[in-house]
Amino acid sequence: MSLNSADIKRIAHLARIEVSDTEAEATLSKLTGILGLIEQMQAVDTTGIVPMSHSQDVTQRLRDDVVTETNQRELFQSIAPAVKDGLYLVPKVIE
Amino acid sequence: MEWEVVIGLETHTQLQTKTKIFSGASTAFGSEPNTQACVVSLALPGVLPVLNQEAVKCAIKFGLAVNAEIAPRSVFARKNYFYPDLPKGYQISQYELPVVGKGSMTIQVGSGDKAYEKVINITRAHLEEDAGKSVHGAQEGMSGIDLNRAGTPLLEIVTEPDMRSAAEAVAYAKKLHDLVQWIGICDGNMQEGSFRCDVNVSVRPKGSDKLGTRREIKNLNSFKFMQQAIEYETSWQIETLEDGGTIQQATVLFNPDTGETRAMRSKEEANDYRYFPDPDLLPLAISESDIGAVKAEMPELPEAMKARFEAQYGLAHYDANALTSSRGTADYFVATVDAGSDAKLAANWVMGSVSAKLNAEDKEISESPISPSALASLIKRIQDGTISNNAAKQVFEAMWAGEGDADSIIESKGLKQVSDSGAIEAIVDEVLAANAAMVEEFKAGKEKAFNALVGQAMKASKGKANPAQVNEILKKKLGA
Repeated sequence: MSLNSADIKRIAHLARIEVSDTEAEATLSKLTGILGLIEQMQAVDTTGIVPMSHSQDVTQRLRDDVVTETNQRELFQSIAPAVKDGLYLVPKVIE
Repeated sequence: MEWEVVIGLETHTQLQTKTKIFSGASTAFGSEPNTQACVVSLALPGVLPVLNQEAVKCAIKFGLAVNAEIAPRSVFARKNYFYPDLPKGYQISQYELPVVGKGSMTIQVGSGDKAYEKVINITRAHLEEDAGKSVHGAQEGMSGIDLNRAGTPLLEIVTEPDMRSAAEAVAYAKKLHDLVQWIGICDGNMQEGSFRCDVNVSVRPKGSDKLGTRREIKNLNSFKFMQQAIEYETSWQIETLEDGGTIQQATVLFNPDTGETRAMRSKEEANDYRYFPDPDLLPLAISESDIGAVKAEMPELPEAMKARFEAQYGLAHYDANALTSSRGTADYFVATVDAGSDAKLAANWVMGSVSAKLNAEDKEISESPISPSALASLIKRIQDGTISNNAAKQVFEAMWAGEGDADSIIESKGLKQVSDSGAIEAIVDEVLAANAAMVEEFKAGKEKAFNALVGQAMKASKGKANPAQVNEILKKKLGA
């Protein structure tokens, strides 16, 4: 699999990261290197091996369904840039 | 050309837990904005999700209810996108390994002679968190964000593209709506957004086995809108194709005011979400004994109860079906029978008068002013011949209006049926004497005259005479 700089721009856009053309070139060569490494790894026969989804071989601990959090809106909103009527204000979003 | 519509549904059901899926914040609906938005809901740096075991139980219940495989190991994944009501920049969902696998549900479509059953295959169901809400108009040029809903547990239930009409899609959605309430995992409140349907619609030439390009109608929160939206979308797609156009994959919104669907944005490719396993959460393990424990808590499922009603009470398939359409109705019926009512009479009353009244007053059966035992006491008076069916209807109305119990209403309204043959005989004699002309007509072979005489006798008794006895005595007297 090979990437071009348009791919880099698209990935950066999806992640909302601003990349200049020079940075895109540098990133392209780094990412290509990573993909090359993955290609090399794909030569390994992994038949019968369960894909790893976590580095630790333990399973999820479950929590009881009990309310433990109290209302701390005032505290949390004291560091927000803009609030009104209990709402956090953000630049207008339109569908 | 004849066209066929192909429909699949994705339904987001809010699970009935006290707290959020990954934090101990309350999920109560309708609180002041952001008073239930804890550090996890706000995605403050450094916080970690801890899975709510009740949400997992709900998923297992659903899996059992649709005969699905419950994954012994499932994995949470991050679905990445940017929107202000999702402060983490990703939604925690499940992607490659969902908690519930393939299952199925049988739906009933249509009514009367045209009714038919159909199996709808469930592809999967997975656990995920809900997003917050954007509120517009709070301030010029700004949007307000309320994160109370952020992190509310959802079970997203996905079907195969198995439905072939709006009626089938609505029948499936209604059945699913009934089922999730039946097993107690979702309150089913569509106005509050507890049960939201996304409908994928595509069309293809009839007989083709290739799927057409689909458009997804988002967030339908009523069955009526679902029906309208699918019908509009289907004819729009057919017209577009017949005019030589092509369908672009898109997400569309339904406007209830115009009855039209409108494209929202081009559907992002699945890999645009860049799913990957969430390193903050370990794989979810569900053992056979976990499943067994949930199974032990499960109520009898509607299909099993339906079969039991037919076998145990001799009810018709249609009646058994109607009585098991909701758990409330089924529980009410069973309680009425347990209180001593004949099962078939109970079935008729529950599906007839009770449900008509509830519909007229837009009430749930749990709000019925007549309790199951009160209804049973009324039905018992029909069974033992104390009152006629007509009188029973009057008693029912009075009971509904809160005028007392069956026996006291029968007494105060004087509705007791006269079954004393001496008294009836006296009435019949009077009627015969007063209607000599009718008697002659009957003797001359006019069958109708007999019915007229029965009518006169009933009238003379103010409707209280036992009609069967009137018939019998009249026949005897007329030598018929």
